[in-house]
Amino acid sequence: MVTVRCFASVREALGLSLCTYALERPMSAEAVLAAVAGERLSTLPTRPLVAINMQHGRLESLVHDGDELAFFPPVSGG
Amino acid sequence: MIVRVQAEDFDPEQEAQALAVTGAGARVSFVGTVRDFNATARVTALEIEHYPRMTEAELTRVAHEAQRTWGLLDVLVVHRYGRLHAGDRIVLVVTWALHRKAAFRGCEEIIDVLKTRAPFWKKEITGDGDIWIEGETPQT
Repeated sequence: MVTVRCFASVREALGLSLCTYALERPMSAEAVLAAVAGERLSTLPTRPLVAINMQHGRLESLVHDGDELAFFPPVSGG
Repeated sequence: MIVRVQAEDFDPEQEAQALAVTGAGARVSFVGTVRDFNATARVTALEIEHYPRMTEAELTRVAHEAQRTWGLLDVLVVHRYGRLHAGDRIVLVVTWALHRKAAFRGCEEIIDVLKTRAPFWKKEITGDGDIWIEGETPQT
């Protein structure tokens, strides 16, 4: 099971803030996003960024049981 | 080192005094505030969202990196979230060092890197609708 969080414009586009997803096989972060977003994936204007276990990561990275994934647009703090 | 994310306003001088750093020859403070304009519409407020826990972790990583690079004696970072208005303080970065150059450069590096890595997102609330501010892509 992985935890998936979405933030900012990604959350609004997907209508998804927080969910869990049962991993049946090793998957990339991007594949998990596609699975939880379903048809709404196409509403994202660009590929989002990802954090894996609260560190910036890559969409191509494989995720593991227990991981926390977060998808979001480029950050704009400060 | 203090790294804090909060909804409440802060007093820059009071925050800096709280760390009671000794032996520093220089202290540099940066305060970021809410602008009251953008390219297309008049901004009435700014909504700042963040990723709790990752925000603090990333800010701490950024502060530690600058501390190592510039030999900073101490670092303070306070960043706000929630609804802010024109002129409100958003972020405070304070650096202490033996000499001014390290304090200046360290402070500049922290605010520059923070803007590309700390998971905050700003939405401008305007009379013509809300607009997410385009962010900067983190370096991975």
